[in-house]
Amino acid sequence: MNLWKDFSNGLLKENPTFRLVLGTCPTLAITTAVFNGIGMGIAATAVLVGSNLIISLIKKGTPNEVRIPIFVIVIATFTTIVEMIIKAYSPALDKSLGLYIPLIVVNCIIIARAEAFAVKNPPLNSIMDGLGMGLGFTVAITIISAVREVLGAGTFFGMQLFGANFEPALIMILPPGGFLVFGLSIAAFNKIMSLRKV
Amino acid sequence: MRLGLIIISAIFINNFILSQFLGICPFLGVSKKLDTAVGMSVAVTFVMGLASVICWMIQYYILIPFGIGYLQTIAFILVIAGLVQFVEMVIKKTSPTLYQALGIYLPLITTNCAVLGVAILNINKSYNLIESLVNGVGGGLGFALAIVLFAGVRERLDLAPIPKALDGFPIAMIAASLFSIAFLGFSGLFSGLL
Repeated sequence: MNLWKDFSNGLLKENPTFRLVLGTCPTLAITTAVFNGIGMGIAATAVLVGSNLIISLIKKGTPNEVRIPIFVIVIATFTTIVEMIIKAYSPALDKSLGLYIPLIVVNCIIIARAEAFAVKNPPLNSIMDGLGMGLGFTVAITIISAVREVLGAGTFFGMQLFGANFEPALIMILPPGGFLVFGLSIAAFNKIMSLRKV
Repeated sequence: MRLGLIIISAIFINNFILSQFLGICPFLGVSKKLDTAVGMSVAVTFVMGLASVICWMIQYYILIPFGIGYLQTIAFILVIAGLVQFVEMVIKKTSPTLYQALGIYLPLITTNCAVLGVAILNINKSYNLIESLVNGVGGGLGFALAIVLFAGVRERLDLAPIPKALDGFPIAMIAASLFSIAFLGFSGLFSGLL
């Protein structure tokens, strides 16, 4: 019951992308295609779950003054592992995410969860929190990338959606479109959440 | 000539915030007031320049000779964390008011993707030491330009009547989108030369 609460927390109530507005850099940068969005979501989730677990396990032996450097090393280790796995099994994903894979290390969601949750809670709860937050992040960036890919390239997951005469709005897959879609989707999320409460 | 191109490219064409999406967190977090934005961008520019040089040295004098290139991410982030700690101590000593104003965002420079991003980009583009330094400082200046201009816009947004759902981050994102369109105008500049 408690585990379920930790898991579902990241989906809506504290959705890392729409509610906490953390991890904005990958959210904006790689959401030009659904494939990238899902790939980044899974990679970040893997790092998040791993680092939450380890940090929760070592929390007793971690001196308070140097906890941030320790967290960063743990996160960097998992990022390196994920980077190697992606390079080995999915060169296409590696190519399209490029620079943003090592940058998972500085994704604020991960360090924020380590600091706000994993240091205070038992390992199992931390795993659930990592999964929930990761899933919330994945769903959010998948929605954003779906909007951008459909409007900006006229495709979904690489499939052509419209006839040959469709002129895609190129601006949507360029940087301005990223800001615009992200801003509007936070606004939509806020609106939906405020309706739910009434 | 090449150095000039790198610096113009880092400031305008490939602006770290508006076209590469690096360092969005401080861009949104610290841009509410003009003076904190200026302080933050000075600190970030300094850290970016320094990190570019030190990470370049680590890559070519330690990681490559020992064949441990796969430790790049871990080594770089550690160096950056150390540097940020150093800058924090310097600011605390020299300007307590700026230290107060920057608050939580100062240690967060460690997790500013622009700093790690520029260090990795320098290696990926195989720049030499001087070019890395120029790219780092240029990237920092581009960051400063974007964040200072944007702070000016946001101070005005505070006074504007905005629908409730759009208040805060969403309207800032939409303003950033318009900014980004303006910077898009620089793309293609010197495209044959870079």
